Amino acid sequence: MAEKLVIIGAGMASGRMLEHLFEAEPGRYDVTLFGAEPRGNYNRIMLSPVLAGEKRYEDIVTHDADWYAANNVNCRFGQTVTKIDREAKSVFADGVETPYDRLVIATGSAPFILPIPGKDLPGVRAFRDLDDVEAMVAVAGKPDAKAVVIGGGLLGLEAAAALRGRGMEVVVLHLAGHLMERQLDAAAGYLLRRELEGRGIKVHCKAQTKAILGTDRVEAVALDDGTIYPADLVVMAAGIRPETRLATDAGIEINRGIVVSDAMVTSDPDILALGECVEHKGAVYGLVAPLYDMAKVAAKTLTGSEAAFKPVQTATQLKVTGVSLYSAGDFAEADDREEIVLRDATAGVYKRVVLKDNRILGAVLYGDTADGSWFFDLLKRSTDIAPMRDTLIYGQSYGGGASADPLAAVAALPAEAEICGCNGVCKGTISSAITSKGLTSLDDVRAHTKASASCGSCTGLVEKLLMSTLGDSYNPAAIQPMCPCTELGHDEVRRLIVAQGLKSIPAVMQELGWKTSCGCAKCRPALNYYLVANWPGEYEDDGQSRFINERVHANIQKDGTYSVVPRMFGGLTTANELRAIADVADKFEVPTIKVTGGQRIDLLGIKKEDLPAVWADLNKAGMMSGAAYAKGLRTVKTCVGSDWCRFGTQDSTGLGVRIEKFMWGSWTPAKLKLAVSGCPRNCAEATCKDIGVICVDSGYEIHFGGAAGLDIKGTEVLCHAKTEDEAMEIIAALTQLYREQGRYLERIYKWAKRVGSDSIKANVVEDLGKRRQLFERFVYSQKFAQVDPWEERVNGRDAHEFAAMADFQMLQAAE
Amino acid sequence: MNDWVDIGCLEDVPRRGARCINTPLGKIAVFRTADDRVFAIDDQCPHKGGPLSQGIVHGAQVTCPLHNWVFSLETGVAQGADEGAVRTYPLRLHQDRILIDAQTFAAATAA
Repeated sequence: MAEKLVIIGAGMASGRMLEHLFEAEPGRYDVTLFGAEPRGNYNRIMLSPVLAGEKRYEDIVTHDADWYAANNVNCRFGQTVTKIDREAKSVFADGVETPYDRLVIATGSAPFILPIPGKDLPGVRAFRDLDDVEAMVAVAGKPDAKAVVIGGGLLGLEAAAALRGRGMEVVVLHLAGHLMERQLDAAAGYLLRRELEGRGIKVHCKAQTKAILGTDRVEAVALDDGTIYPADLVVMAAGIRPETRLATDAGIEINRGIVVSDAMVTSDPDILALGECVEHKGAVYGLVAPLYDMAKVAAKTLTGSEAAFKPVQTATQLKVTGVSLYSAGDFAEADDREEIVLRDATAGVYKRVVLKDNRILGAVLYGDTADGSWFFDLLKRSTDIAPMRDTLIYGQSYGGGASADPLAAVAALPAEAEICGCNGVCKGTISSAITSKGLTSLDDVRAHTKASASCGSCTGLVEKLLMSTLGDSYNPAAIQPMCPCTELGHDEVRRLIVAQGLKSIPAVMQELGWKTSCGCAKCRPALNYYLVANWPGEYEDDGQSRFINERVHANIQKDGTYSVVPRMFGGLTTANELRAIADVADKFEVPTIKVTGGQRIDLLGIKKEDLPAVWADLNKAGMMSGAAYAKGLRTVKTCVGSDWCRFGTQDSTGLGVRIEKFMWGSWTPAKLKLAVSGCPRNCAEATCKDIGVICVDSGYEIHFGGAAGLDIKGTEVLCHAKTEDEAMEIIAALTQLYREQGRYLERIYKWAKRVGSDSIKANVVEDLGKRRQLFERFVYSQKFAQVDPWEERVNGRDAHEFAAMADFQMLQAAE
Repeated sequence: MNDWVDIGCLEDVPRRGARCINTPLGKIAVFRTADDRVFAIDDQCPHKGGPLSQGIVHGAQVTCPLHNWVFSLETGVAQGADEGAVRTYPLRLHQDRILIDAQTFAAATAA
């Protein structure tokens, strides 16, 4: 029978240990994994990008349910182990006893909470896990919300930048004289401070926090010097300490952390410990690279082979989008040390290398960190830099004036050069994996070597390594870029628009490094849509970035004429409307009049210069644009329902009219067609629409994700609504979710397939709070969207569109 | 011999947009780029006759609204894999007035 292995803590260290263990001896142990969080292992380093809105939780999951199932791990997530009984060799969680043969303690660290009054008020959070992130995001969503971050270290600054990106007013309180004093010298700390202040973050150094004020929840933070900062959220990022309480209670040897041997074994030979909770030779560790080394050693110990943990130097990078910062080694000044400094104040670049006896002891890079891994490599190998001392600070590619070719720089790195600091993967390992295993993509490299799979900051290096190893056959299409103007995909662009508060097309192109000055016909309409959808009331629609149909509000035909489709709400019309349409057809000699599939009338073959006059006549009869050209709400098709039909169960026509009156004018990623059928006989064909409603005796069945175009697909049932009001709210919330997540030109069925119906249902059906918020955002956006574009143009808007600039035909005829 | 005639003001053409002038040769599309350069080409795509003046203007290029062919406004040549070209017409900017050489299309009718 397999030995029983119990693990307390389902974080990154134990996760990595299990990977090594299952790789070495799958099935040797019967594994039970306890985690205090109600979820499995995820990449905690990436919580900052999640908080910033640049990544989603799903993007940072390292082990999903399938992985645990495939490896027969008995998962006990959401269960906190409260006691270890070493005599009985068992642990207790929720009163249930679980026996072990070997036990691994991987309880990680606990945030250090300043022992000050008010520390327990609601609104005071650590920045440790996904629950913290979700709590912070919730506060950040409130208008004019203010945050105070206590601690100007790595974690605190990542939190501050992310919260600022979400629109909060942010103050950082820091005890020391400059930011990140453990990683940065004062000069780099100053540049960092300037950058953060430029983003509107207030930095208060030498700040001694006295108390957190508030009655029911946090309201302000008070300092010793009398300063008071109002706050809706306080983030405690003042440091971490090893979480050792369980081990202490069990009588295992503790110092600052749980004391372990080189083999990761505690004072009890049956119990191992690893990760942030341990102390090895007097040192405790917080960065991921040494923890992964511990994981390797612990797995070997568990399989009975010999291994010893050897601490290595680590380098630090700050994960704040737009800030490049790298520090490694020891950079304190001393008499026997020398330093080389390069400053470029305008470019915001600062580089400092600290030397002793012509060997690098430490390096701090700010603004341009491309040479970080090269310096770090020289440091670790203790290379004598005397021969290149004069040019050392200019970096690796400075060799006889050759231009800085990043590819050549990577190619020139020695095989032992470390590429991925988190996982301790060197260049040689990656190159040989690429060639021997035939890897062709970033994901392949991540899967096989773990390089760039943790914090991701070496992704660029790994890609260059792929390029230099594979040459032209490397196709970096892991993410399909939006268009040739950018490397970024639709989702990245969209997240960054929100995270960085970008509110114009030039701002997006500037901040996200567009490769063309003016974009192209692919990216400009997409960007215009994302900005319209994200910043209602703030963003000014850029007509020149819209396809012609949306610019002139009619559909271009193959001969350059246009077709005009007035709106008929729910497919209802009147004798007056029909008369006006007939008059327009006569007056402008409309060659073709056609009934459309969306239950309205299309006037085809209208000359562009006649459009405003045609619209004026239609407006006079009370008709507006049907948006038959729009990536937006098109029609709501209906049947006659309970008013006339002997089978009708509800007023389907009335509901259709109501939906269309509520939703017209809204822009969506692609066209949006709806239908309401009065009974399951489905005369309005609601089950092949983007969103459909089938009325039944008990209410309304809401469907979505149908298609009857290039693809044919029946809808899927979203949920059942009891009343018209409920149906309206669900439909609007669904549309808003699609507006916020859909890629430009992605129809609703493709979006649903990509994100999964479960996630849509979770937002729109199961979580009533989220549904309400989506609905309210839709309603807010409609305030600015419901303007008839025809009427605007009848009144003179964009007059240049509809008239020639000059006419020389007459001139010629006169001659 | 050039015969520069005034066709309008720079402000009459939207940035990253186009207007048409009617000539005996048909419509000529007058473009204005984001950096206020102006170009004139035939308003007819050699592919299926699409009105190029209705396309999206990016840099010194326009994308045809019918089937997304892209043309250089400077040379009139189709970009990428598509093959073809449209005729270009010299324009001059005099202060904020746009001038076209009427000879180009007058000559064509006389010939």
